Amino acid sequence: MDFDRLIEKRSIAQLMEEFPISGDFFRNANIPLTDTHKTLQEVLSTLDDEWFYEFGQNRFEVHNQLVDFLQDMTASENAQAIKSLTVIGGKNKRGEDENARFTLMPGDVVSVVGPTGSGKSRLLADIECLAQGDTPTRRHILVDGQPVTDDVRFALGGKLVAQLSQNMNFVMDLTVQEFLEMHAGSLGAGQGPLPMAGVVNACFEKANSLAGEKFTPGTKVTMLSGGQSRALMIADCAYMSQSPIVLIDEIENAGVDRRKAIDLLARREKIVLISTHDPLLALGATHRIVIKHGGIYRVLTTSPEEKSSMKELERVDAMLADARRKLRSGERIASL
Amino acid sequence: MRMITVAGPPSSGKTSVILKLAQLLDGQVGVVKFDCLTSFDRERYDEAGIPVFVGYSGKFCPDHFFVNNIEGAVQWGIRRGFDTLITESAGLCNRCSPHIKGILSVCVVDALSGIHTPRKIGPMLKMADVAVITKGDIVSQAEREVFAWGVRQANSKAQILFVNGITGQGAFMLAKKAAQAREITTLTDNTLRFTTPAAACAYCTGETRIGEAYQMGMMRKLEYD
Ligand SMILES: Nc1ncnc2c1ncn2[C@@H]1O[C@H](COP(=O)(O)OP(=O)(O)O)[C@@H](O)[C@H]1O
Ligand SMILES: [Mg+2]
Repeated sequence: MDFDRLIEKRSIAQLMEEFPISGDFFRNANIPLTDTHKTLQEVLSTLDDEWFYEFGQNRFEVHNQLVDFLQDMTASENAQAIKSLTVIGGKNKRGEDENARFTLMPGDVVSVVGPTGSGKSRLLADIECLAQGDTPTRRHILVDGQPVTDDVRFALGGKLVAQLSQNMNFVMDLTVQEFLEMHAGSLGAGQGPLPMAGVVNACFEKANSLAGEKFTPGTKVTMLSGGQSRALMIADCAYMSQSPIVLIDEIENAGVDRRKAIDLLARREKIVLISTHDPLLALGATHRIVIKHGGIYRVLTTSPEEKSSMKELERVDAMLADARRKLRSGERIASL
Repeated sequence: MRMITVAGPPSSGKTSVILKLAQLLDGQVGVVKFDCLTSFDRERYDEAGIPVFVGYSGKFCPDHFFVNNIEGAVQWGIRRGFDTLITESAGLCNRCSPHIKGILSVCVVDALSGIHTPRKIGPMLKMADVAVITKGDIVSQAEREVFAWGVRQANSKAQILFVNGITGQGAFMLAKKAAQAREITTLTDNTLRFTTPAAACAYCTGETRIGEAYQMGMMRKLEYD
């Protein structure tokens, strides 16, 4: 987009109409918004040098700053699409070689299992920072089969990986609707040709179908139950977050349809890694990485027997859920 | 000696981030803490075995106080034989920034501090090379993304890093940046990235160069040991 020309030709009102985010720039820079039918240049020419000095601005740089700002803020976030992620083992806590190498593709769901303190979170952290033999585990993470330079690691900074963990909570004082609109807006929805309503609705509907108990768009995000918040976080990761990799660190026991949640993320072409102690989640994955003494001990493919034993596990799980529901609504539990 | 300036709003996690960073840096790290009236950080640096000099600006404008004493800090660091000197500036107002051209500049912001905070912080974030976001580990992915977007609005050129001040996760990438910080022997004749607010000394009239020769009017000098 030729922002340079747009800013020259369009009035401030027109700019803000087409790119609402430019309003943020004008407010950030304290540009008076009284004569919005004028162009930026015209407005700047009405301000005296004292004004520029006061606000630490330079008369001649404001135009270019706005060009940069619009370029940065409307840049397509899809640049982070990746085809594969390869983990090459390093050393475990005892200094022994891990002898592991595996490659994950979009749509793959892998569970990470092992005792507490064994190093599950460490593996997720290595993936998050795209370790290049420079973390305590000496692991290497390749993107599309290639090592990653430090510059790329900085540039990707947090954009490659979306994370979900038990410790995460919503803190913004917003309703579900406002919250989703704000997130969508930050990703460029509502700017230029990108519509806002579609993605917000899809996300809301999905979150509700994952949550055990339903909620409305008017509910404050901080008032959602544990299960509802997880459901919203997962739906948001699936529909809004542009990160191709999703790392989930121990989110069991929540009132969320876990199987559905994982299926959803996989269908959205994410690479999903779940650190878990939950048999249903672990077996729901196509592969599982077993961690021992800080190292990758085995990488197992979920066997057909394991897949079929999930039916039984699901039955037990449903039984527990039912007992929980009965207790909460004051009913008696029949003998089993 | 390599040098890094760190600034950020109160309780944003500056000291925690510096402590995690110091653990990951090769060689001796020293800290000069600039604060207004009180500071509780000396104990934390002492505990971590990191030499620290604490300077209070008192009745003086913290930003002017910083410029008037930064060269002294550099010389103190060199006398102490540090490999890396980190300055931690607290209590700055939102029109201030302790960032110097050519010196690695870090601003620490707290993901819990509200979506509009990055845009209110002003030049200490706007002029930084690296924006470190703390406490991102306890908010949702969506809120992290929205907050990072707010930071990008304030400073689209900064590298954004998420650092967990408790576990240190993320500090690792900050250490990589810090290892590339420029070696200096003096800051005299270097310039600030942003003018200081008006008060009653040479810097009030727009002076940005550092050094004895440029210091005139009312100022406060630290006695470095
Ligand atoms: N291969 C390794 N080499 C050195 N330290 C390791 C290794 N793997 C894990 N650790 C460390 O062991 C500790 C516990 O690991 P963590 O990932 O938190 O375990 P879990 O998530 O399985 O409970 C962490 O401090 C982690 O950095
Ligand atoms: Mg863990």
